[in-house]
Amino acid sequence: MVENRPISQILTHVVLILGIVFLGFPVWMALVASTHPGEALAQSPIPMWFGDQGVANYTQLLTEGSPAVGGVALSTMLMNSLLMALGITFGKIAISLLSAYAIVYFRFPFRMLFFWLIFITLMLPVEVRILPTYDVVASLGMLNSYSGLIIPLIASATATFLFRQFFLTIPDELVEAARIDRAGPIRFFWDILLPLSKTNIAALFIILFIYGWNQYLWPFLITTDQDLYTIVMGIQRMVNVGEGLPIWHLTMGTAILAMLPPVLVVLAMQRLFVKGLVESEK
Amino acid sequence: MQKRVVFQNRWLPYLLVAPQIVVTLVFFIWPAYQALETSFYIEDAFGFSRTFVGFENFTRLFNDAGYLRSFWTTLVFGLSVTVLSMSMALALAVAANRVIRSATTYRTFLIWPYAVAPALAGVLWFFMMNPSLGIVAYWLEAIWGYDWNHYVNGNQALLMVIIAAAWKQISYNFLFFLAGLQSIPKSLIEAAAIDGASPTRRFWTIVFPLLSPTTFFLLVVNLVYAFFDTFAIIHATTSGGPADATSILVYKVYSTGFVGQDYGSSAAQSVVLMALVIAMTFIQFRFIERKVQY
Amino acid sequence: MNMRHIATASAVSVLALSTAAAAQTEIEFWHAMGGQLGEQTDAFATEFNASQDQCVVNSVYQGNYTETMTAAIAAFRAGEQPQIVQVFEVGTATMMSAADNGAVYPVHQLMADQGIAFDEADYLPGVISYYSDTEGNLLSLPFNSSTPVMWVNLTLFEENGLEVPTTWDGVIEAARALKAAGVASPFGQGWQSWTMIENFSAWHDIQIGTNSNGFGGTDTELTINNPAVVAHIQRLADMAEEGLYTYGGRRGDSRPQFVNGEAAMWINSSAYFGGFVADIQDFEFTQVPMPIDTNVRAEPQNSIIGGATLWALRGHEDAEYACTAQFLNFLSDAERQADWAQSTGYVPITLAAAELMEERGFFAENPGTDVAITQLTLNQPTANSAGLRFGNFVQIRDVINEELEAVWSGTKTAEEAMNAAVERGNDLLRRFEAAN
Repeated sequence: MVENRPISQILTHVVLILGIVFLGFPVWMALVASTHPGEALAQSPIPMWFGDQGVANYTQLLTEGSPAVGGVALSTMLMNSLLMALGITFGKIAISLLSAYAIVYFRFPFRMLFFWLIFITLMLPVEVRILPTYDVVASLGMLNSYSGLIIPLIASATATFLFRQFFLTIPDELVEAARIDRAGPIRFFWDILLPLSKTNIAALFIILFIYGWNQYLWPFLITTDQDLYTIVMGIQRMVNVGEGLPIWHLTMGTAILAMLPPVLVVLAMQRLFVKGLVESEK
Repeated sequence: MQKRVVFQNRWLPYLLVAPQIVVTLVFFIWPAYQALETSFYIEDAFGFSRTFVGFENFTRLFNDAGYLRSFWTTLVFGLSVTVLSMSMALALAVAANRVIRSATTYRTFLIWPYAVAPALAGVLWFFMMNPSLGIVAYWLEAIWGYDWNHYVNGNQALLMVIIAAAWKQISYNFLFFLAGLQSIPKSLIEAAAIDGASPTRRFWTIVFPLLSPTTFFLLVVNLVYAFFDTFAIIHATTSGGPADATSILVYKVYSTGFVGQDYGSSAAQSVVLMALVIAMTFIQFRFIERKVQY
Repeated sequence: MNMRHIATASAVSVLALSTAAAAQTEIEFWHAMGGQLGEQTDAFATEFNASQDQCVVNSVYQGNYTETMTAAIAAFRAGEQPQIVQVFEVGTATMMSAADNGAVYPVHQLMADQGIAFDEADYLPGVISYYSDTEGNLLSLPFNSSTPVMWVNLTLFEENGLEVPTTWDGVIEAARALKAAGVASPFGQGWQSWTMIENFSAWHDIQIGTNSNGFGGTDTELTINNPAVVAHIQRLADMAEEGLYTYGGRRGDSRPQFVNGEAAMWINSSAYFGGFVADIQDFEFTQVPMPIDTNVRAEPQNSIIGGATLWALRGHEDAEYACTAQFLNFLSDAERQADWAQSTGYVPITLAAAELMEERGFFAENPGTDVAITQLTLNQPTANSAGLRFGNFVQIRDVINEELEAVWSGTKTAEEAMNAAVERGNDLLRRFEAAN
């Protein structure tokens, strides 16, 4: 037996609690700051406990936004973020399922070429090809549009490989059975493969939703129309106010609202999230 | 690895891969080619004229002290983020692996920062460390009399973005370390305990070596994260400053291209970065055992 | 009324509605004014929209100056440019070269085409010279212009029985006395390239770059490693060494030094006025002209402006340009300019607005607020003091900032730093010349 001395047990809990405090403290401060009036955050030390302006601050943010940075209501930004995140998630899952299916269950000329083309996307994160990608999207007339926010981001090598991996573990007998039943490839995909992939899709959904929601550079570049701002990029405007000082209570309220949806998704679907994370990296 | 049994269809597979391939060609391959091409030209801001200059953009780049400094900054930043977040995550994973009761509760409270956008992680720490208001800056001043001002002090600014970037990545590393620890057979550790090895010794001689595939995998993933995914942290907080203290390579591509309107140089930097990513991806696939066989 | 009449009536009203909608021409106005300035800028657009029913100005905050200009250029390349964009003064050369290529609709021409009376002579000469082509035609409309002044904490000076200095020798002397009296770092400054190099040069009628500071063409070279500028930077370095001056960041980051009373003399934009009025209660403050270095010149020449102007971009319909011209005209109206200048500290850009402020008694009630105008109009601008027009100037300022920071941290002497700044700056100028 491995011994479990009380001291080491206590130490273990101390380490864990310190870790939790370190991770949680910045959010605590943001949450507290977002419930105070602006004046309370004008001088140091700032309050460590909640104020009474929480409802007023969040109402203002959601309905009219922060006037100092153009006054875009956060409800608009949240909606845009949601549409973008869902668009990216469904888009990635749909096209990856299809391409993985093609690569696993068919033999056709250029199959490996396609495979490598998809693989290459891993090596070209948007940050390293910013300008030309912007130019392409601009020349397609997709600036300031939802399609511009979503479509350029839906190629996914990771998701394709994950599905490919999963399809390879499905017994060949199923295909044989489908053939005997005279089911075509589309029937097979729809009736057998898709139901079997449900858990994988769900797990991937969480990871991709977080990925989509947290996009920053891309929406920042291609949206100049305030009606299309997403919340994660929107906060940049509130932080960098040039000569002035950020309006901290509203900025922190925005940060809280911006992180809430993906954090809730992770917490609510913890098991699936862990599965998705670990598997998508394998 | 291939399926023995497949469907026969002349056009269906092409139709199936088409969406993925179209998006890849239009938004990945074509822009990458464009970057390569533009890197041999210099161009005015509005795009009225371009002149072929051969390798000039590249030679300038590697003779530019600022660019070389950015390499160094990126390296310091990347390694610090990796070491910091991995060591904290390992400590937490080891601890979490030891508690039997309330393990799930602990895990819940440790994994959520994964979902926080890098930009927001940056903004949170930016607020905490604000020289005039931030609680951390206040404590530093009040307890140690340390004057914190990341607007002026480049090293402090770099430290701030390192902490923000590491903070966000701890959850990720924690989950993988925990999974790695849980896969180590209990019998091995018990055998060592019977041999009289102390817990510390057991950790370094048995557990840590067994974790090395996970560690190596995380090392690469964290470096990739620190090099490429932290753009938002820098952009939303320090904007690469003060001076160019936090100007990492990905930020520099952006600032040269979009802020400085020097498209040729920005494209050349893109090409350099692509070479870097290709090298890192190669390492990742060559040396890390993955389930996927390519 | 029978059915037919009702149908006709409703058809007519529908028609009326749709023509009303069609007659409303929308234009985009991208600006970089955050905070209170942004609210006021948006309010101008709202006011304009309410004042007539043909045009709707969509006023959009696009982030700081760099981001706004960047967004506009990227949008232009994509064919989605706004009608009006606010560009800061260092972006002028880039915009000028764009004007040569037909991306910019020069303001004087826009006004002429739209039949709106427009006379360059109505504007302050120091403001106009910066943004005119070689024939003296105004290319963009000055909107928010300021100039560096020396902000002085009068209370600290009075308590210590000191005179507010007018020369750099006087600044050092006062700083020593204040330091002895316990003022943490008596002197401070911000936007160092603009205040300590560009304006120092103009104020002393020293060339910043060849070819009339770049007005004459892109084949220009920096000359800021001249003895006068080097001596000035060395003086600041020595002051820092002595504890008389603390460097506080590239932009306005050192503002708290003055607001908290740590610095008694602070050289930076006159546009801090509005904020200072709101934030400073504990002491009396005022603005005085920038000090002069009597070793270089006995009397000051004139200062140059900073801030931003509004550029009209090509590629839109004539009806939209009619609205653009009307809106620009609306903004430069004396009443509006005077209000704007009074609440912000920016310089009123037209003589009429300055007169109106005088009439309202603003200058009399707020001593020091006329310093900026006085500085700008002190003398007819020379080739050295009309402004500057260097390509890639955003990056050149960064180079200058880096080199100056090396001086403040003691790793380079003023001469080494200025030589390096010239060399690196010229490199960027050559690159701009090649690209354009």
